[in-house]
Parts: sequence; structure tokens; C-alpha cells
Amino acid sequence: MKYAETGFNLEVDLSTGRAERLASDPRDTELYLGGQGVAAKILFERVPPDTDAFSPDNLLIFSACLLVGTPAPAANRTVVNTFSPQTNLMSHSLFGGFFGPELKFAGYDRIIIRGKAPELVYLYIHNDRVEIRDASHLRGKGTTETQDLLKAELKDQRVQVAAIGLAGENRVYMASIDHNHASASRGVGVIMGDKRLKAIAVRGTRDLNIARPAEMFELAQALHRKIGEGDGNGDWMAVDEDDSFHHNHFAWGNARTRRKGYWSEELQQRWTRWKYDHMDRQTGCFNCAKKCRNVINWPGGRRFGYKCFGKDTYHMAAFLELDFTYEILGVAQEYGLDSYSTPQVIAFALELLEAGILTEKNFPDMPEDSRGRFFYLLEKIVRREGIGDVLADSVSHAAKRIGNGAEAFDHNTTKKFEQLPIKLGKLNPAYFLMIATGEKMSITQIEGSFPQDPLPTQEQREAFVSKWEAPPDEKFKQYFLDWKKRDDISDEATCEIVDWNEAMHYIDDATGLCGFVSSFRGQFGGGVAYHMNNIPQMIAHATGMKMDKARLWKTFQRIRTLVRAVNVRRGLRRKDERPPEDHWAVRDEKYEQELLSKYYAFKGWNSEGIPTRQTLERLDMGYAADDLERRGILKADAGAAARETVAAAE
Amino acid sequence: MNVDVSSKTVKEIIADIDKCTGCRACEMACSAFHAMPRYSSINPARSRIRVVADELNDEYVPVRAGNFTRTGCDGRHVYQLKGKKYSECSFCPASCPTRDFFIEPDSGLPLKCDMCEDEPPLAEPLCVTVCEPGCLTYAVRQVEAEVDAPAEREAMARGLASLVNQHGIEAVIENLKRVSKGQ
Repeated sequence: MKYAETGFNLEVDLSTGRAERLASDPRDTELYLGGQGVAAKILFERVPPDTDAFSPDNLLIFSACLLVGTPAPAANRTVVNTFSPQTNLMSHSLFGGFFGPELKFAGYDRIIIRGKAPELVYLYIHNDRVEIRDASHLRGKGTTETQDLLKAELKDQRVQVAAIGLAGENRVYMASIDHNHASASRGVGVIMGDKRLKAIAVRGTRDLNIARPAEMFELAQALHRKIGEGDGNGDWMAVDEDDSFHHNHFAWGNARTRRKGYWSEELQQRWTRWKYDHMDRQTGCFNCAKKCRNVINWPGGRRFGYKCFGKDTYHMAAFLELDFTYEILGVAQEYGLDSYSTPQVIAFALELLEAGILTEKNFPDMPEDSRGRFFYLLEKIVRREGIGDVLADSVSHAAKRIGNGAEAFDHNTTKKFEQLPIKLGKLNPAYFLMIATGEKMSITQIEGSFPQDPLPTQEQREAFVSKWEAPPDEKFKQYFLDWKKRDDISDEATCEIVDWNEAMHYIDDATGLCGFVSSFRGQFGGGVAYHMNNIPQMIAHATGMKMDKARLWKTFQRIRTLVRAVNVRRGLRRKDERPPEDHWAVRDEKYEQELLSKYYAFKGWNSEGIPTRQTLERLDMGYAADDLERRGILKADAGAAARETVAAAE
Repeated sequence: MNVDVSSKTVKEIIADIDKCTGCRACEMACSAFHAMPRYSSINPARSRIRVVADELNDEYVPVRAGNFTRTGCDGRHVYQLKGKKYSECSFCPASCPTRDFFIEPDSGLPLKCDMCEDEPPLAEPLCVTVCEPGCLTYAVRQVEAEVDAPAEREAMARGLASLVNQHGIEAVIENLKRVSKGQ
């Protein structure tokens, strides 16, 4: 019997219209757990590195991660992986809600989609019954509108739907995949649209088995209470109306302007009224005690939900206020647009107009005011009309297509992906490494376990450390106790801190834990529910696998290294690993490059950031070393040649 | 009239639907508690509490499984509360053919909430325990109940007559003896 996972993949070929339920390889679970881990393995094995993102051979994988659907609280993430036309690298995207658990209850751990449908279709899954159905009647429909229509059409309110909007249908690079009020961002909707897959509707009524029922339930309930009771977990922005942090410190417009004294008491009261006068309620994801999502019913629009910094991006890009975000966010999400990158793309276009690189001719009939201009450009982008067709390819690609000096305005991307609009003074070494080497594309998906800043007094530091359960090793407590100034920390400690931060995200994205109870949240207050000291036990109870801290850590290293190998095959090299040049005002190229070299060595990667054969073999991925050597990406060393000779002789 | 006054226990799960976040931890816990062996599997379709959820219309109503009924309703009320419309079904505990709530997915048999009866008893049903947002609360009340003794005797006699009719007097006597030995 399978525990925690179903042991089956749903393989769908949209070109041929074939869908098959196939047993998955149990060794993949042993080595890569699930979610992004197993998806990386599948992408490595099945998608040759020269495959264009828009090729039918590109795969789109929806994974219900290893712990999803079990009693483990807040284990509900669906991870979506594919190759992105924006970065040409592996996309990392995930969403909460109820889709992943429903997929498990339908009897599948993941859906692997290849090919392209000749016409717009949707996929309907009800346990063993799988149908590829015509979706021509859903063309142009909004994301939540599509869900409503499918629930009515299928006569089933319990069906869980993930859908793209007009943005995905028109292959806008910033297109998201939306489910209820949750959204898979960072550019996966474009591939769903390219495959002409409008939506997936899933319904399941099967058991998901647990290996050690009593132990699992007891541990899960203890964590469930911990998540519910304290303030160490969840999105505190759902309840804390003081949002001076983002508004005073993040950059407005196209990540340009800091407005240090922007926030005021009067503003906070006004915005708080806007929120609570129009908020229906706050909602949570499957089996989670928190309620991070604010559901807003703004006059004239459809009901929408948001969480965290998602409420700030539009009005900060447009130099407006929260009411503007409430007005546009519902519209933009209905189109299925990522609310992190899209506002930056629009602000970038308006900057080009101001600089004379684009002219009024590029924006026929555009209103004069900022509000009107954002709505105007939103429509142009989702329809790929006029300049919108260029902007729909995201900042980096648009800058190249526009030329004439536009590239200089592409100042806030790394690996061609829009970064959070943060512009600071002095370099933070850990953040340098995370932004430079991260392959999850957004700092929110990389940072999170070690606090961002030191605490001012020794007493405060000691108090923090005394109740800090999360560190995987005592040395992290010492690093924190000894840390007094942001940039005054050893390179060795920096490498280890970055590694720990990364580890938690890679584990979350394989197991389906939400970052707000795990990887992202520990940096704020340290009282996070999940950490390296209890996740192994949770995995062991749920799956029956042997799991301890050392094995889980090695699993993180394996998945991390495999993702790197996947991207290295597609051309990722050291030269690409640069945070935006203006991310910090004061830079030291020599120091940064030395630090990068140390980090590569620490990770077991060579000076180009490519995992060495020794590293790959240590992590049981000799096959990846063979592949990289065959492609000439790694040089075959003498030892390897000798081993090959022996193997041939045998 | 021969009427006794005695007290009986009423167990209540109170659902403050404004507090429901739609997380369905109650469904997870219920299906785990009633799994055999206990907690060995999760399957909301086996849960005896379901959250009638329509996220896009802001409707969240936890409803517990009540009695089985062979037929669905021909028509139904639509209730309007604070400007939002709720179908009567959203509040109905019946296991009925109109919807697939409270029907055991493998056997097709109806499911019914047992308030997590257990030995030793739980402090409260598990769905209430796991409801961190505080939507579900549990209350036990003693209420005075009028017992009409002759009417009860009459009802019992009718039930026995029906059993005799169905199984024969000897089978009923034999079973009464067996049951009385167990007492």
C-alpha cells in the first residue's frame, strides 16, 4: 500500500488526446520526495535542453506534493513546473487552496501534460474518469468566471478548478494560473495557454493512506494548534494594518523612487476603513488554521482575494493609493495576470514614454492620468494589442524588442525576471548570494529562515535564541548571537545561512508545506511551526519512509543540485547570476565575485556554477554527471574515464 | 393524563458561519477519526461534516450529516441573509440523492454524524477541537422532557407487533431472551 502519496501520475498528451494513469517510480519518491523535486527529475529526463518553451515537447506539470492531503497542517501547495519562455529556465510556481488535496483524493500525485490541443480544451478528472473536453465556450472568460461556469456545467460545487484567463490564452509571459482566490505566479499561465488548456477541473473521493496513523495525527494536531494560536505563523499583514515597511522602504514606479516618510497615521486609518468596509471575510487554505487571504468585494467588480504584498504592487507602481489596487486587482486577477511583475511592466512602459524612447504614437487614445493609463495598458497587454504585444513579453524581452536605449530601463530583473522593487544602500552579503544564485526567481521564494537583520542588544539576541527551535544546527544560534552589524558576518556563515534559507524552500516545495508556516516565516520572530527538527518526523509518520534530519538535508541538496543541473543544461552560467546593478547603492564587484566563488565551492559547484561530478555522484545522481559530460558541459575527468572503461569491460 | 417529567441530554454543535474560513480541517479530522483503523486515511468524501463552500460567492456553511432520505426535494427555499443568497440545501443535514454529501463513496451507504462517540468519551467532537477559527463550538444541555408513558407503551407495542408480523412470535421471543441475558 502507498502512504501519503497515491503512487500514480496522470499523463496527458493534448496533441493526441490521450490520458493515462501510470504508476510512478517509487525510487523517485525516495530520492526527490515529490512536488518540485520529482518534477525536476521528470523535466531532466524527458525534455531535451534545446526544447523551446513553446514546443509541444515542453511539459507542464501540476504536482500535489508529498504531504498534501495528509493531516499535516497547511500542507496544501500545488506546485507547477515547466520551462519558461521568459527565462528559458525551469519555472517555479505554486498555489494554495484545495486543488492539490483534491488531486490526491482523485488518486494522482501529479498531472504531466505534454503536446498542444488543436483547439481550446479543459481537462476534467473525476477519480478514474478523465476527459479532455471542448472549452470553446470558455474562451476569453475570466479565471473565477471559468470556475463558476465549470462548477455549474459539471453540476458539482465540490470540483476544484485551476484556470487561466485571457492573459494565458494570449500567451502573455506574466500570465498566472488561478484557483479560487489563489494564484500560481512567476510565468506558468503562458505555457498552459500555449498548450490551449483553459482549465483543469478535479474531483476525488478516494482515501489517502497514512503509514503511522496515531503518531501522525498527534504530531499534526500539535502543529495545527501551534499555527492557530500564536503569531509566529501565517501572514501577519492580514491583521497588521501598519504597512509602513513596504511603502517607506520599497521603491515606487518601475522600482525607482523611495518615499521614506510616506506612511502616516491618517493614511493608515483611511486604508484600514477601505479594507474592512469592503472585506467579506478572511479565508484559509486546506487544513490550515490561519486566514491569510483577504476577500474583497469592491463596488463594480467581482469578488477577489489577495494576501501579503499583493495589495501594494499596483498602487505603488502607479503612485496611487490602496483604493486603486482594490479597483484594478480584481480585474487583473480575472485576466490571470501576476500582480508582482505586471505593475512593473506597465510602469516600465510609462517610463519609456517619459524618456521619449516610446512616443504618444505608441499609446493611441491613452488617458492622461495614472489610473487611466494603468487600466489602458492592462487591456493592451492582455489582448496583445499594439505596444501591449511587446510589453506582454515582460520587461527584459520588451526592452530588447524596443531597443533605442530601452535596455537601460530594464534595471530590476535577474535572469530576465522582474525582482521585488527593493533599492537599498549597503550590500547585504546573504541577500547578494540569494538573489544572484536563486532559481526560484523571487527573493520571497529563497529567503526566510535566518532573520534579515541583527537585533540591537545582546539581551534581545539571547532572548530570541533561547526559544528558537528552528535551526538545524546549534551554529546558527551562535551566528545570530555574534551578529551585530548587517554586513559584518563571515563569508562561511553567510554561505551556511543562505544554504539553510534555500533548504527550507526546497523542502516545502517537495512536501507542499506553505512558506507562511515554514520556509518564509521563520525570519520574522523565529516561532515557525515547521522546521528541520520536526519535518523529518512528519514525513516518516506520513509515508513510512526512513527519514531523519541528515537524510532530509541530503534530499534538499539533491533536489537543489538537480534543479541547477536542469538549468545549466539550458545555458545558465555564472555571468547570469547578478542581482540588479542598482539593488544596492554601494557595490564591491571584487568582493561579490569572491563571495560567489566561495558559495559555488561550498555547494560543490565549479567556478561556472555547474555541479561537479563528485557532487552529483555524492547525491546519487551519477546519471546527471554523465549527461553533463556527454554534452560537454562538464569536462570528463580521468577518474570518470577510467570508471567508464571498467564499466565497458564488464 | 399520566405524564412524567425527566431530563434528557442534548448535544449541540453551534456553527458561527461568519467565522468559517473554509479551511475544511473539520472534514479532514472527521474522515481521519472514522477511518478504520483510526486516523489511517483521509478522505473528505467520507466526512460526516462538510463545508458547503462557494468561495466566489462568499458562502461557507459547515453542515453535519443527519438522517438518510430516499428522495430529494422537489422544490426548495432560497434564503437571503445579509444580502447573500443561500439554498436551503446549504443548511440541510440529509444524506439524500440530490447531492453526494454524506454518502460513503465505496458502498453508497449513508453516513451519519455520531458526535465522535468513543470510550472513553472525547471532551467534544473532533471537528470542534480542530476548528481553530472558532466557527464550531460544542454545547451540552440538559433539557426537561415530558414523557408520556402510555403513549410510549403504545408505540413500543406497535413496534413489537410489526416485528412479530415480520419474523414470527418465536423469533422475537428468542431474541428478547438473548437481549435480556446481555443486560
